[in-house]
Amino acid sequence: MSVSVSMTVNGEAVSGNVEGRTLLVQFIREHLGLTGTHVGCDTSQCGACVVHINGTSKKSCTTLAVQADGADIKTIEGLANGDELHPMQAAFREHHGLQCGFCTPGMVMSAVDLVKENPSPSEQEIRDWLEGNLCRCTGYHNIVKAIKAGAEAMRG
Amino acid sequence: MSEHGMGASVRRKEDYRFLTGNGHYLDDMVRPRQTFACFVRSPHAHAKIRGIDTSSAASAPGVIGIFTGKDLEADGVGPLICGWGITDKNGEPHKAPAHPALATDEVRHVGDQLAVVIAETLEQARDGAELVSVDYEELPAVVLPKNAMDASSPLVHADVPNNLCYDWELGDKAATEAAFSNAAHVTSIDIVNNRLVPNAIEPRAAIGEYDAGSENLTLYTTSQNPHVARLVLSAFNGIAPEHKLRVIAPDVGGGFGSKIFIYAEETVCLWAARKVRRPVKWTASRSEAFQTDAHGRDHVTHAELAMDADGKFLGLRVNTIANMGAYLSTFATCVPSYLYATLLAGQYTTPAIYCDVQAVFTNTTPVDALRGAGRPEATYVIERLVETAAKETGVAPSELRRRNMVAADAYPYQTPVIMQYDCGNYGASLDEAMRIADHTGFAARKAEAQSRGKLRGIGFSAYIEACGIAPSAAVGSLGAGVGLWEAGQIRFNPTGNVTVFTGSHSHGQGHETTFAQIISERLGVPFENIDVVHGDTDKVMFGMGTYGSRSAAVGGSALVKAADKIIEKGRKIAAHILEASEDDIEFADGNFTVAGTDKAMNIGEVAFAAYVPHNYPEGLEPGLNETAVYDPLNFSFPAGTHICEVEIDPDTGAVEIVNYTAVDDFGTVINPMIVAGQVQGGVAHGVGQALHEGCNYDENGQLITGSFMDYSMPRADNTPSVDIGYTSVPSPSNPLGVKGCGEAGAIAAPAATINAVVDALWDLGVHDIAMPATAHKIWQSIRAAKAAA
Repeated sequence: MSVSVSMTVNGEAVSGNVEGRTLLVQFIREHLGLTGTHVGCDTSQCGACVVHINGTSKKSCTTLAVQADGADIKTIEGLANGDELHPMQAAFREHHGLQCGFCTPGMVMSAVDLVKENPSPSEQEIRDWLEGNLCRCTGYHNIVKAIKAGAEAMRG
Repeated sequence: MSEHGMGASVRRKEDYRFLTGNGHYLDDMVRPRQTFACFVRSPHAHAKIRGIDTSSAASAPGVIGIFTGKDLEADGVGPLICGWGITDKNGEPHKAPAHPALATDEVRHVGDQLAVVIAETLEQARDGAELVSVDYEELPAVVLPKNAMDASSPLVHADVPNNLCYDWELGDKAATEAAFSNAAHVTSIDIVNNRLVPNAIEPRAAIGEYDAGSENLTLYTTSQNPHVARLVLSAFNGIAPEHKLRVIAPDVGGGFGSKIFIYAEETVCLWAARKVRRPVKWTASRSEAFQTDAHGRDHVTHAELAMDADGKFLGLRVNTIANMGAYLSTFATCVPSYLYATLLAGQYTTPAIYCDVQAVFTNTTPVDALRGAGRPEATYVIERLVETAAKETGVAPSELRRRNMVAADAYPYQTPVIMQYDCGNYGASLDEAMRIADHTGFAARKAEAQSRGKLRGIGFSAYIEACGIAPSAAVGSLGAGVGLWEAGQIRFNPTGNVTVFTGSHSHGQGHETTFAQIISERLGVPFENIDVVHGDTDKVMFGMGTYGSRSAAVGGSALVKAADKIIEKGRKIAAHILEASEDDIEFADGNFTVAGTDKAMNIGEVAFAAYVPHNYPEGLEPGLNETAVYDPLNFSFPAGTHICEVEIDPDTGAVEIVNYTAVDDFGTVINPMIVAGQVQGGVAHGVGQALHEGCNYDENGQLITGSFMDYSMPRADNTPSVDIGYTSVPSPSNPLGVKGCGEAGAIAAPAATINAVVDALWDLGVHDIAMPATAHKIWQSIRAAKAAA
């Protein structure tokens, strides 16, 4: 049985009919065609699917689309200002915080939320915050460096 | 050094699309009228298939087709193959039991696939697969490699006695026995190289597509080597002739070896697309990835080192049982043989080496190459032996290594196990690593840690690897089914910008940047005017793909050869237009200049003239587009020393890596930022193996580490930052002087880490600890040692 959902995604009002079991990440990827948000696991561990729901980072693989009815969603596609990268995206590029790029959208969205919570995180605080985001390529070193630099840039 | 040339830390071309959500990974693709596949998989480690009832599924909503192994057989689809033939001790070929893409008579590991349901939506395909009823007769399973050859163990394949795929040897047995009989000291170890799950964060995925008009098939797939996939799918599986099959590997989210292989699911999706006349898409869930991506390592080894009274190594004797899993994956046979035993000399002059390897079948997921592939296992054997020998004889670990290292002036150095090292300076890496790690300050740091109740240890790993895989004739003589050269093409467009085609494949390594740097440096074309194309068999001439740290050494070298051809042709064009002799034309920084004059044309102008040949050398073909193939002269031999320093809390067993130093000799470094990233990532992989990761089955063959909840991955809060240094002896075996950097960390780190852990615990009486050295295991070891003391 399909259910109608409406939400704001990256500033645009969207709506669609989904099954009760449709996950938010499926709605974003398959209904809206926004494929920057990824799926890397089925146990809510890898964090490749992290988006912002009402300004807070959440795993969109562990949220039903119907739960996000009426919410304000931001995905990786909505982070940059036109062609100008968000300071966190720019910091990931500058510090080689990504290799294959698959975990990257979730890492960046998670990092932006960290800085909102804690504008000046220490290395240990960054590492602790990322416990829900897996990366197989980088060894995390450059991700941590990038988030530190991104936080500094966001502080201005 | 130019801003974008060789040696510059150029920021990556790839990053903008990945950072903005504009990457094109396979699951992002939507093909018109696509359908979805869901595989029916065995819940048992070993069972006879008595029957498959698809009737309920066939009438389920949205289901378009259900296929079993019989349908594949009826269409003449060949089984999955293993492409490297091993000749055993008795001159017999390795046992190669049938590996059908969909199991027909028996299932042989948890997750083994036996049917596929294709439906309009993914949910309908999954619902349909739930309705397929399989009548299994459970059979006993063999799980552990050390039990596989027991007479009492069940057979994974009825036609493979003792579950023995091959019993293979390398080296001079008699000379090695003689060395041991003359030894003043013999060190023995028994080690397990733990089974790992590759876990690229992007799961495998595929879309098969059939064009009824042209009868062409296209496979979109998460592959590290699309041309090899096309070759195998055509020549062995018989899905379509090569000229009617296109394989496209778009942005691929990490591979680490696991995406080299030609798997059942990709094969079935491609075949089924023609059956249902619509695109067929499959994306692995992580649970499926755990059960079906080829695993890595899984060796059980007894090793002995013979030394004289001065600590000189006289002989090395190694016996390894290597787990192949239930079937042979694409390159499984070469990993514990020619990628393993050939590296057992390590950095040392050990004159006599003998290794025998029994490769065995078990009712577990197939095992194949994983980051390092055989070389991490070899390094772990050697460096655990050397460290233990140092402890037993009271010689400092660094000194014992130094005493036995191949001297810097001894190259080319012929090892007793096939490999001839082309260059190196191992002592220089050891010195530099000890300097960066402040080795002389360790005693004080250990004392300080002790005052806080912590146990501090330091461990070395002086590794070597064979990369730049590989000289075709050499690997052919050892059983490889393919040549291992690489192709490259440089196509100038009329307006002077450049499209570069490479047969290697980038899935995180940054080739779009690195290869553009090579071309920018060689041809003087602005970096931003160069695009690198890879991963499409219709665009790239051919290619062997990316693995074995080969892309720069082999693929990059092919581009250097193509660039040389561009320059030679450009010289003819410039000479004609500038009215000079070809011999007087000099090429530098993108300009063809008549020597000693200011008459010059830049390469963009030459390209334009080549495409608009109004004033052009007689007899010369128009266009500026050159292809080259490079077959390396030798492997390359990256080597170095890693030093790990740990602190252990004896009350909890928790290990903290407090310092990790990596000094590597990768020869020429093209992009230091990217190379350092590869080292960091490789070390994380190796530390993961040493401290966290372990794939476990229970005694019935159930995978008990089947998700990220159960299998401990390296995470941000348990992975060290690495202090990185380099030494450099450029490789003489390729024109760039590069050696390869993608695997070094994963090769060196396990031994360095475990050596550090054991060093911390040695005085308590703990002289070995199995990987992964979890807090629980360490705590138990400390308790047991204290009880025994």
